[in-house]
Amino acid sequence: MTTPQYRVAIVGAGPSGFYAAEALLRAQKDVAVDLFERLPVPYGLVRFGVAPDHPKLKQVTAVFDRIAAMPGFRFVGGVDVGTDISIAALRRAYHAVVLATGASLGREIGLPGEKLAGNRQASDFVGWYNGHPDHRDLAFDFSGERAVVIGHGNVALDVARILLKTPDELRRTDIAAHALEALAESRVRDVHLIGRRGPSETRFSAKELGEFDTLTACDPGIDPADLRADAFSHGDGFDIERKASLDLLERFSRRVATKERRCLFRFHLEPVCFEGGEGVQSAVFRRNCVEGAADECIRIDTKLVFLSVGRRTSPIEGIAYDGSRGVHANRGGRLMVHDRIDHGLYTCGWSKRGPQGTIGTNRACALDTVEKILVDLDSLPSPEPGAIDRLVSSIGRRHGVPLDFDAWRIIDSAEVARGCVNGKPREKFVSVDDMVATARERGIAC
Amino acid sequence: MTYVVTDQCTGCRYTECVTVCPVECFHLDDEMTYIDPENCIDCGGCVPACPVGAIQASYLLAPEQQKWIEINRRRAAETPVITSRLAPLPGADERKKALGL
Repeated sequence: MTTPQYRVAIVGAGPSGFYAAEALLRAQKDVAVDLFERLPVPYGLVRFGVAPDHPKLKQVTAVFDRIAAMPGFRFVGGVDVGTDISIAALRRAYHAVVLATGASLGREIGLPGEKLAGNRQASDFVGWYNGHPDHRDLAFDFSGERAVVIGHGNVALDVARILLKTPDELRRTDIAAHALEALAESRVRDVHLIGRRGPSETRFSAKELGEFDTLTACDPGIDPADLRADAFSHGDGFDIERKASLDLLERFSRRVATKERRCLFRFHLEPVCFEGGEGVQSAVFRRNCVEGAADECIRIDTKLVFLSVGRRTSPIEGIAYDGSRGVHANRGGRLMVHDRIDHGLYTCGWSKRGPQGTIGTNRACALDTVEKILVDLDSLPSPEPGAIDRLVSSIGRRHGVPLDFDAWRIIDSAEVARGCVNGKPREKFVSVDDMVATARERGIAC
Repeated sequence: MTYVVTDQCTGCRYTECVTVCPVECFHLDDEMTYIDPENCIDCGGCVPACPVGAIQASYLLAPEQQKWIEINRRRAAETPVITSRLAPLPGADERKKALGL
């Protein structure tokens, strides 16, 4: 096997990391790619973000597996870049380093009472029900009958839907066992899904909104007091998708509730504060449904609030951060430091442009970054000889087994087998130790 | 359900859809692109990417457009996958302008 001319490290094995690897390996240059991931398991938000009841979206992992099989690709799992190894060490070992680290932190809204217990980030709940090792030990108080979700995007819909589905609707999905168990005991019957604007200004996609029409035990509804005149009319600029969303909301507004659970879509409510003692007891909003009229104060009693108002990238030691955009400071994918290009460092996906778009948006985004890398490659300094082998073998020794793509395949098979017993597509391991132990034991057995 | 390319693509064949498809399920011939319903994962990312609004969710198609579900299925099986963006057909930008887009 010949030594590749160029070596690129990608940090983060979510969609944008895989698509960057694909673009580099398809390029007309001799490039090898090492894809670093903090966890022993790949796929990022496809595994830990996509809702368990959306299995079709998860089929995208077949594409990632094809990328992983391309010559020149290597998966290096179980390494927290910035903690276990420094960015500086990676830079010494590779021609270029691409940060595809996503947006793992939930945004706050900076209101009084936001830190009260019971006020949670939607992203924590999503990580919890999807079995993310960082979130598996979280506990949510489902003892109240009402929950509030603030935000009018598809993540807010995921949170509401998972809260309102019956255990039977979730049992055959890959939802984490701890979440299924806790949700089966949940007393939540009423979810208020709250946005600051009107029905024509949500970021819901019609397909996901439509799922609320067919829930077993839940009716979607709308409080007429939250609506302005002509709430469901739309201008000429509306495409079919947005019209479909608005039509669905209009239909929800006419629906007579007959089921035991309810998802109330609420509009024109501006969060003001959260009240409570030890934990949150109510969320307070300002409502303005009539132009020129005084705002109305709306207090919703609840012990459980989810904030779903956006995410931001987790800063990495040694990398400049763009606080206003919540991403690694970059210009078109090239990392910046003090307004100058930090040569050899790049970013793609949500850590480049923020949390927008669908899975495939990250493909276009990664391609764009890779185009820049390919332009720059010849001008970047060559890495120290042998540095990569030393780096990767030291990582392998840490876990007692190399956490490469073969190790993932072993973990994957074990998860599928565990799920099969309960009629689930998989039962995820929710601790890194269990993932590593599985890779180690099966590795020896093989 | 799936997403389908309609005849709105004919005469333009912009391929912005291809770059945002996570599963490379677009095919093409000399006229337009088609979505392979077997591989499409229903993410919907291509819908806003199309400069002329040629892509729609199958369940939102008007009755006279329903035929495109079958046409996409058939033509996707008969034509090659496209993996990267191509130049649009000659006159595409003029057509887009004429459509008021």
